Amino acid sequence: MLFAMHWKKHRNFLRDPMDIYMERIVELLKNPLNKGEIDDAEIKKTDYNPSCGDMIRVFAKVNEGKIKDIKFQGQGCAISIASASLLTEYVKGKNLEEVEKMGQNEMLEILGLDLSKNPSRIKCAMLALIVLKKGITDLGKS
Amino acid sequence: MIDVEKIKKDFPILERKVNGKRLVYLDNAATTQKPRQVIDAVVDYYSNYNANVHRGLHTLAEEATIAYDEVRKKVAKFINAKPEEIIFTKNSTEALNLIMYAYGMSNVSAGEKLVTTIMDHHSSFVPLQILAKRKNAKFEIMDVDKEGEIPEKEYEKLENAKIASVVHASNVTGTINDIASMSKIVHEGDGVFIADGSQSVPHMKIDVKKLDIDFLAFTGHKMLAPMGVGVLYGKKELLEKMQPFLYGGDMILEVHEKESKWAEIPAKFEAGTPNVEGVIGLGAAIDYLEKLGMDNVRKHDIAITRYCMDELGKIREVRILGPENPEKRTALVGFEMKGVHPHDIAQVLDSEGIAIRAGHHCAQPLHERAGVIATARASFYIYNSKEDVDALCNALEKAQKLFA
Repeated sequence: MLFAMHWKKHRNFLRDPMDIYMERIVELLKNPLNKGEIDDAEIKKTDYNPSCGDMIRVFAKVNEGKIKDIKFQGQGCAISIASASLLTEYVKGKNLEEVEKMGQNEMLEILGLDLSKNPSRIKCAMLALIVLKKGITDLGKS
Repeated sequence: MIDVEKIKKDFPILERKVNGKRLVYLDNAATTQKPRQVIDAVVDYYSNYNANVHRGLHTLAEEATIAYDEVRKKVAKFINAKPEEIIFTKNSTEALNLIMYAYGMSNVSAGEKLVTTIMDHHSSFVPLQILAKRKNAKFEIMDVDKEGEIPEKEYEKLENAKIASVVHASNVTGTINDIASMSKIVHEGDGVFIADGSQSVPHMKIDVKKLDIDFLAFTGHKMLAPMGVGVLYGKKELLEKMQPFLYGGDMILEVHEKESKWAEIPAKFEAGTPNVEGVIGLGAAIDYLEKLGMDNVRKHDIAITRYCMDELGKIREVRILGPENPEKRTALVGFEMKGVHPHDIAQVLDSEGIAIRAGHHCAQPLHERAGVIATARASFYIYNSKEDVDALCNALEKAQKLFA
């Protein structure tokens, strides 16, 4: 059953690549979640997608190894902004170690897009997570 | 004018569908497609006379060597140079790096001035920037005006430059720079002038003697040839004085335990087994372009660029970068659409079978200067028609609706 569902999703994707811009992603571009800044955040980290120069800045309040609050600022395409929205929502309340373990598979699952035919867009989807993880590494060093 | 419909038939890839739609290929400034004549030349080489060049004495080696050296003559004629002034490289980037290492490293001293432009591609901008840092030289950058052109006032920076490296045609704004005038100023101060011809050589007749430039770099894959073959033109007097860039086989006159001597140009700069298939393909590409006539290619480029600028201009919220006059541009149109990120434009266009480029196009300084992160770019070649531009505009309107 699960397999059948996946297959159907995949076939739909093949039929209409515009799926990548499903309503939800465009909606998140127009009305992003957790957009903003936190002045007294322990993590403040900015990074760029080297292939296009898109920028994401992450602000996270950390307490006892957990993310208490998180916001982001950024300039980017629909996928990078939607990923930042969904990631910030997902990691709220999570342990830093848990976030550090997150990789491409988790991020794409949160995003809910099949980017297997769009490898260049994976960089867009991964930007926010990469910035957050770099911020966590910096925090560990300080 | 050239016959686009007839030309299209020579390009097998243009028959393919992308996402169920006719492929509309508008990413020619990144790389062009290849005609059957070029593909066949490469297949013929591997099917009939594949051998290493300048080494063996057997029939295959002789045939490959003759074919390889014939292309050198062809390239020389194409830009009005001497065959020994043509060095085959991997691409423009390698050609530009070769100059920085083989000329720059041994001729530039602390305090001397190196000049480039804000619109130069990273392949010219970065090697010069690094050379300046290593040699403690001054690094000056010519600026652009609102139309993406270098105002004449900026030419002052070229006075007494030791090296100036200037892109002939911008890959973002399409601006064609007046490199002949710039080179003249640099020569008055006994400096050396390098032109990056990556976006100009495929599109117009270039005469290195008339332009009086010292070096010219360009790449085969943007002019119908395979990837992996580029060209460095250098004035004979300069190339002869320069030290090698890479050491190894084929660039050697004699090697002894204590010392070695280098071969004459061009061999001095072509160490190791070269990309013979690429060079053979480049020869076929030049034949193809010469048959069309570069003046006709240029006329077609201007016509389609003009049409694209006119049609794009009709779409609300689209801003075109670069000079307003298509005759001042090479065959590309960079643009922004308010409220839609270039990535998203490219993705929507792809769903319609249309290939364009989105990003900073390896020209980050220019984007920073213009205050934009990324732009979209449609770029044309000999097989593009007005229908391709119409498809582009229709799809852009669709993208605008989706994100509005």
